[in-house]
Amino acid sequence: MQIYLPIAEMPVSVLLILGLGAAVGFISGLFGIGGGFLMTPLLIFLGIPPAVAVATQSAQIVASSTTSVLSAIRRGAIDFRLGGILVAGGFVGSALGVWFFAAARRAGLLDLVIVVSYVTLFTVVGSLMMKESIREFFLRRKHGPVRPRRNGGNHAPFLGWPVRMRFYRSKLYASVIPIIGLSLFVGFAGALLGIGGGFIVVPALLYIFRVPTGVVVGTSQFQIVCTTLVALVLHAVANQAVDIVLAILLILGGVFGAQFGARAGRNLRAELFRFLLAILLLAVGLRFALELVVKPQEPFSITVQETRQEARP
Amino acid sequence: MRIAVALLILVAGTVSALAENLVTSLSNHRVLINSNYTGTSIAVFGAIERDAQTISRASGYDAVVTIRGPQQFLVVREKERLGPFWLNQDQQKFPTAPAYLAVLTSRPIAEITSEQLRRRQKIGIQAIVHAPDFTNDRGGLDEPFREALYRLKSREGLYRENEKGVTFLTPNIFNASIPLPATAPTGNYDVEVALLADTVVLARTVTHFELVKTGFEQQVGEIARDWSLLYGLSTALLALFFGWTANAVFRRD
Repeated sequence: MQIYLPIAEMPVSVLLILGLGAAVGFISGLFGIGGGFLMTPLLIFLGIPPAVAVATQSAQIVASSTTSVLSAIRRGAIDFRLGGILVAGGFVGSALGVWFFAAARRAGLLDLVIVVSYVTLFTVVGSLMMKESIREFFLRRKHGPVRPRRNGGNHAPFLGWPVRMRFYRSKLYASVIPIIGLSLFVGFAGALLGIGGGFIVVPALLYIFRVPTGVVVGTSQFQIVCTTLVALVLHAVANQAVDIVLAILLILGGVFGAQFGARAGRNLRAELFRFLLAILLLAVGLRFALELVVKPQEPFSITVQETRQEARP
Repeated sequence: MRIAVALLILVAGTVSALAENLVTSLSNHRVLINSNYTGTSIAVFGAIERDAQTISRASGYDAVVTIRGPQQFLVVREKERLGPFWLNQDQQKFPTAPAYLAVLTSRPIAEITSEQLRRRQKIGIQAIVHAPDFTNDRGGLDEPFREALYRLKSREGLYRENEKGVTFLTPNIFNASIPLPATAPTGNYDVEVALLADTVVLARTVTHFELVKTGFEQQVGEIARDWSLLYGLSTALLALFFGWTANAVFRRD
């Protein structure tokens, strides 16, 4: 069954989009990430204009993350204080990212900056998580279940910097300076690369701040909902690129997928969870790296800058 | 007075040269897009009127139907090797490229008319794409970009040439079918029909049709454009509502 998308101005298969929404929603619910870095390339691959793909998938992220946030609230698995700092710093970081985006474009380096940061970010974060989860796996086999590494003095030294705050839910007593730094970086990378940044927040909270896995996912989703809501409205106003029909289809698929993903995530052992997320990130990073290094079959590409609707003179 | 005489001579000249009169018509001047639109086709009909003075043409007539969609500002980029990386380097701008371009003929275009005339009269996609005013000339550097534009656009089905696209029902009546893929953008389309015989253009007509969204699709497009903040906020609310509903539906505890 085909349906015509009024803003993308093309027909798509309803079942295909529902399925796509469900698959990305499942991964999103499972790992507590937005999934935009998966959805956007898939939509562009289907022939949807890039601006519409980027803008519209943010509506799906809002919906599936809202679902996760609501169930996390009921389980008490969100640290609102930590999430609030991440959101506030994220907005400042986004502004910096937009500025840097324009500067890189003026210097003609935008393509290089984007692709290289994508590859670096995904492979570095992915391989760090991979290393950690494999190490944990072997430790567990040798010594039985690993005790939570939450001993006094066993944390990164910068957590002891001044302006300390107590985050009860996250079982964290740390300086806010590194947390603000993380939020600035996430906002910056998000604006530059068009991603929500969940895949940076999740490993950072897990490994650097040693926040419990359950709270990490909830808090990350909370941050994603806030950031993406703003992005969605900005996209609608600035680019008029939000396709409401495509959004509804993606949402319908996505909310179901996210429910099952979240349920599957609760039954997943922590180190398996990290291992799977690491594989996902490495795979995406590898894909971008290949695109950068392998000789393209078609070196040319077309970008539409403007379509004139009025009659020709 | 002198101008009037000159005009009169000019008009008289054209009339005698254009012995054949070409009449064309489209099956539809306003194509409507609704929610189950998956592309369409439009029929072109043409009749060649001859009068007593018209000389007989031994070779018969040929018709070339050229359809141009709304104009787009396109940028074609080329990936080139930079160290270990393949990155977009060189680019070529096409400020007035048609979003859709189709050339339908009754037989291979090379048989219809000479290459020189094709280039001068812009008959056929090759002639249109390689015309000097299609993009800025960079002394041969622009050639691969023109070729790439044609190649990529035809892969999407938006640029096409069909040498069996025009059918002569009788020696003086022909028809053609314009295939519009679903990805052809909304806007105004020009249909130019050129009548040829013995490699010479005898007559031309230009008609238009319009591809427009209707009903729900049109309203959504207008609201998104004219009430963008409201549209953005309602999409956001809708997303929140769906998220909340799903949570309530799946709630078990």
